[in-house]
This record gives sequence, C-alpha cells and structure tokens, in this order.
Amino acid sequence: MAHLSLTNVGKTYGGSAQPAVADVNIEIRDGEFIVLVGPSGCGKSTLLRMVAGLETITEGEIRIGERLVNKLDPAERDIAMVFQNYALYPHMSVRDNMAYGLKNRGERKAVIEERVAEAARMLELRPYLDRKPRALSGGQRQRVAMGRAIVRQPSAFLFDEPLSNLDAKLRVSMRMEIRKLQKRLGTTSLYVTHDQLEAMTLADRLVVLNGGRVEQIGAPLEVYRAPASTFVASFIGAPAMSLLDAHVENGQVMLEGHALAPVAHAAGPVTLGLRAEDLRLTSGGVPMRVDHVEELGAQRIVHGTVGDQALAIIDTSEALLPETVHLGVAPSRVHLFDARTGRRIETATQPVAVPAE
Amino acid sequence: MTDTPLSLAEADSTLFARLRRWWSGETATPVKRVQFDRPLTPWMFLLPQLAVVAIFFYWPSVQAVTSSFYLEDPFGFGATFVGLDNYTEALTSRGYMSTAAFTAFFCVVVTALSLGLGLLLAVKADKVIRGAETYKTLLISVYAIAPPVAGLIGMMFFDMHMGPFTQIAAWFGHDLRVGIDYWDTATALIVISVWKQIPYNFIFFLSGLQSVPVSVREAALIDAKSGWRRFCDITLPLLAPTAFFLLVINITYTMFDTFPIIDVIVKDKPANNPMTLVYKVYLDGFKGNDIGGSSAQSVILMVVVALLTVLQFRFLERRVHYG
Ligand SMILES: Nc1ncnc2c1ncn2[C@@H]1O[C@H](COP(=O)(O)OP(=O)(O)OP(=O)(O)O)[C@@H](O)[C@H]1O
Ligand SMILES: [Mg+2]
Repeated sequence: MAHLSLTNVGKTYGGSAQPAVADVNIEIRDGEFIVLVGPSGCGKSTLLRMVAGLETITEGEIRIGERLVNKLDPAERDIAMVFQNYALYPHMSVRDNMAYGLKNRGERKAVIEERVAEAARMLELRPYLDRKPRALSGGQRQRVAMGRAIVRQPSAFLFDEPLSNLDAKLRVSMRMEIRKLQKRLGTTSLYVTHDQLEAMTLADRLVVLNGGRVEQIGAPLEVYRAPASTFVASFIGAPAMSLLDAHVENGQVMLEGHALAPVAHAAGPVTLGLRAEDLRLTSGGVPMRVDHVEELGAQRIVHGTVGDQALAIIDTSEALLPETVHLGVAPSRVHLFDARTGRRIETATQPVAVPAE
Repeated sequence: MTDTPLSLAEADSTLFARLRRWWSGETATPVKRVQFDRPLTPWMFLLPQLAVVAIFFYWPSVQAVTSSFYLEDPFGFGATFVGLDNYTEALTSRGYMSTAAFTAFFCVVVTALSLGLGLLLAVKADKVIRGAETYKTLLISVYAIAPPVAGLIGMMFFDMHMGPFTQIAAWFGHDLRVGIDYWDTATALIVISVWKQIPYNFIFFLSGLQSVPVSVREAALIDAKSGWRRFCDITLPLLAPTAFFLLVINITYTMFDTFPIIDVIVKDKPANNPMTLVYKVYLDGFKGNDIGGSSAQSVILMVVVALLTVLQFRFLERRVHYG
C-alpha cells in the first residue's frame, strides 16, 4: 500500500504529433480510490498503462510510494492490473492463475496457498479453483482476475474498464463488490471507465480527462455540483446537463429574453448550465415548449425547447402536461460558464456544498 | 509403384484431419442439411475427389500390398508368389536396417532443428514491429522454392570444388566431401532439409504467436519479470497446438518430402551414401528392379508412419491445450 504521484506526466506515441496524454498531475493518497473517466480516446487507458509499465512514459515522473518507477519493469512496480477482457491464462487452472505471480516472486508455498485460499474465500471462488478459465462464466472470470490481483497484495490496483464486458445487472453488483473489497483491503486504486455512473459510485475522487488533459479532479459530488467546464458538465450526470446560450443583464440571467434567476456577475454573454433534476415546473417563469416525454416510472424526463434551444427537466408529478410549461430554478443551482472558453464562472450565489472528506 | 510413398505424403493433410476427427470422436454434423432431388447428385459432386483419392492413393496402395507378396522377374515377364519372403528379407538385410536407423536419426535431427529454428526466428520476428514485413517475406520466400531446386542450391553450397561451405570447412581443417563421405553427405542432407523446412514452421509459429492475446502477454509481463519464464510458462503452452500440428507435418516431411533433396545429392554417386527409407524404396524398385522387395518396404513404411501418427495423437495430443 502506498501513495501514488504523477508529475507532469505525458505520452506521445511514436509517429503521432499530438500527445495522447499531457501534463497530468495527480497526487493519490494511500488507500484512495481514484477513477479516471472521460470519453473514448481521451487517454485513460494510456495513462493507466503508463502507471503499470506497459507503456513507456515519454514525459514526467510516476512514483509509487517513494520509488520512481519510470524505468522499472511492470513486474517490479508492485502493482496488479485487472484487464477488460480478464486476460486469464487459458491453460492454467484458476488456482494457478492466481498463484503464478507469487510463484515468480519466489514466495513460499505455504504463503501462496494461504493467500490463494483467502482470496478464493473472499471472492467465493472456492468451488472453481481447479477449473480452467474457459469453464467459467464472465462474472466468475472477472472475479478470478480480481483474485489474481488481490493475492499479490500490491501497492496499487489498476483497473482498465474491468466491468464493461458484463451485463448491466452483473455490472452493478460487481461494482459494489469491488468497492467493498477495496475498502476492506485499503489498497490504493486507479480505475478507468467511460461509464459516468460507475465513476460516480466508485470514486473517492474523480479525474475527468479530455483529449489527454485533466479537466477536473475532485470528489464525485464536487464534480457534479461544480463542474469546472462545460465538458465536465455535459459528461457527468444523466441526463446530461443542458447547456444554453444566455446572457447576464442587471444581475439576472436572461434566457431567450426571460429572466431566470439572479446572479452576481457582470453583464455579457454566458453559457448557462441547467441540470434536469434542478429545474422545477412553476406557474410563471421561462416558457418551454414540450417536445416529448420519457416516462421512467418514478419520474419522467420532459424534453422541450426554449426559443430554439433544447432543454430537459425531470418531473415527478403525474399531472397532464400542457403544450407549454414554465420553468424555475433555485439561484444556487444555476451554473455559468464562460461563453468563449467554457470554463466555470464562480458566482457568489452558488455556495458549493462539498461533503467533508 | 513408387508413387505410393509420395502420394502417401500428399494425402497426409487429409489423413491428418481425418485421424484427428476420428480420435476426438467428432462426427461431421452438417450445420444445414441440403436435400437433393436425386440421391445420385451428391455422389456426382464427390466423384472427382473420390477418384483422385482412389487413383492416387488407394489403388497404388493396393498394388503395393499385392506386389509385395510376389517376386517379380527383373525383365517383367512374370511374378512368383513368395509369401512373406520380401518382408523377411527386407527386415533382416543389413542395408535396410542401417537405412532405417539413418532415417530415424535424420527424422529426429531435421524435425528438432527445423522446429527449433523456426520457433526461434518466429519469436524474434514477433518482437520486431518495424521491418517485420520484410523480415517475414525474406524468411518465407525460401518456402516458395521447389524441393529439387532447393537441393540444387544446397548442392552448389556444398560443391567439392567451389562450394562456400566446403571452403569454410577447409578453414577449420576439414575436407568436406559431400557425396563421398557418409557423414559429410548426411550433414549436407540435414542442412538443406532443415533450411527448406524452416519457413513453413516459421509461418505457423509466427501466426501462433500473434494469436496469443496481447492482454494475456501483458498480464504475464506484470506477473513475471524474466522473459524466459514468460516464454516457458505462458507462450509455449499456448503454442502447443501449433507445435503439435507442426510436429506431425515435419515428421512426414522428413520421411517423404525430402526425397527430391536426397535425389539431387546422392544420385549417381558411389553406393555408400546415407538415404531415407523412401529413397531406398525408389532405388531398389527402379534402379535395382526389385519391385517385390521395394513394395514390401513401402508397405512397412506405410505401417510405421500410420503407427507413428496414431501414437502422436494418442500420447501427445492429450497434453496439448486447445484454447
Ligand atoms: N499504440 C498506439 N499508437 C498510437 N496511438 C495510440 C496507441 N494507443 C492509443 N493511441 C491513441 O492515444 C489516444 C488515447 O488512447 P486510449 O487507449 O488511452 O484511449 P481511452 O481513453 O482508453 O479510450 P477507450 O475508452 O476507448 O478505451 C487515442 O487517440 C489513440 O488513438
Ligand atoms: Mg481504454
């Protein structure tokens, strides 16, 4: 167990001019669960594989504990990795799959057996110890891959989309298992996913990547409540935050000529961010034309347009909706972004409640 | 008559597939049954293939078996039934037994070397990313050379007067006399046969290596620091099906397909030269005009090869993991 530090880490693949990862600085505390999240191709896997030693580091430094690992072989870095397609050794039994790394480090037989037995107990793999991977279900294979990581008692776990090959239901239960296991073992973890729900539920802190650069680092709620940019805002949260062209006038946000909420910001154009769950249907306020309604049972998502800008609201009432509804929002739930750069504009009326760590 | 062993080798690929299916108890269950209006139609489609198999494989085999029980007049005027005489004679003759011993030796050495070197080159090529294509093409191109041509090229290398290998041997104080000295000839045969077979093994090993999933290799990279350990524990077991297939093919190659190479090297040379059983079948039958004896030899060969193949499936394939 150790802390992990990435300093100015960058990666440019041979033959490409654009760096796949650039200027990444993250300090990961001992025992912390960090989730790297971002759209496809943003460099999550590349970053993770640089920590693992599977990809050379072209810039910056990575330390695991106090050790600089830039030049170390993967086997020397004292990490364990769980791959998306499990990567189990097909010719070895479950037991041997788990024991292989330990054997190579010259652990004593008794120690190996004890650790494999312990991992098998934790992961409920005992009945399958003598089976070959191909005789296991996807979920069981995933657990073997987890077991293989656990028995090594590494400084850090690295996960590269470990659940994306499982069906939705299994994914949810495995997600909780991983979280419980990591809490119990207290092993520093770096987890890659493009599923923002997975990211929100697992992470102590989220790292949102965009085009190889860090957009924001923060606790899930912090990122959710105060997204640092329009990119983060549209990526975290479902349905995605609606982003609209608006402007500030006389201390009011104006949306298509209608005052929405008071803000303390100089007059001018802004990008307005509104989460569907923060919007309420009111009797007065900004009028929205209803386009279509997604019924989800407990709630419904109402899609509509204000002027010609699309917007979504979550509504929990069961009233019949008129063709035009009126919206309201609490001033503290209004997000403003710089219309040009997309960066967040902090305003006094938006106290961000961040839970104590 | 002599096309018996040769056609045996040609038929080997189908033999291999059939044996394997037979051994694993699979039956060819058609995914989709096609119904023909006339029961004869499917036979019509099968006929060409059946004819080829019958004419080039079964018929000569039957001929070989029949004539192995006869002593044929050298001038072709008649044949006398002699029972198992041809067999006992072959099996007790010193010449036959020493050729058999050399064949076994040759088979083991050529198979081991061509498999080993093929694997080594494949492992190295697999590591190279840039230039891999050129490298591959260069290695594989040898395979496009017909065996007699390979024999001729080899012959030039080993030529007594101007062959570079002869000169290299001379630097080390050895007078290399291919075609005259038994072991010098054997060395030349082995070198040329191995050289000819390496590309074949290389192609299969390379594709075998490239079908090992990248993530499995990466997992191994994290689990084991030593490249040699990873190779022995992960790569090699995953290559086992390829290696097994190649073993069977290579043994058949050394037994049968080296014929043209041997022919080029030892033809019209003094009698005391190493050769394989197949070449002896040809020599005794065509040069020695002993059709009966030669047939008996080819029948023995058929039986030995069949046994060998069955044994390989029985004892080796069990240990091979099909992924
Ligand atoms: N071996 C490589 N050579 C060159 N470019 C690469 C290589 N591997 C990845 N890239 C590029 O680097 C960028 C980041 O890739 P990476 O695999 O890290 O994305 P990712 O965030 O993991 O995406 P996904 O969610 O789809 O897995 C991509 O633009 C990709 O094209
Ligand atoms: Mg990825």
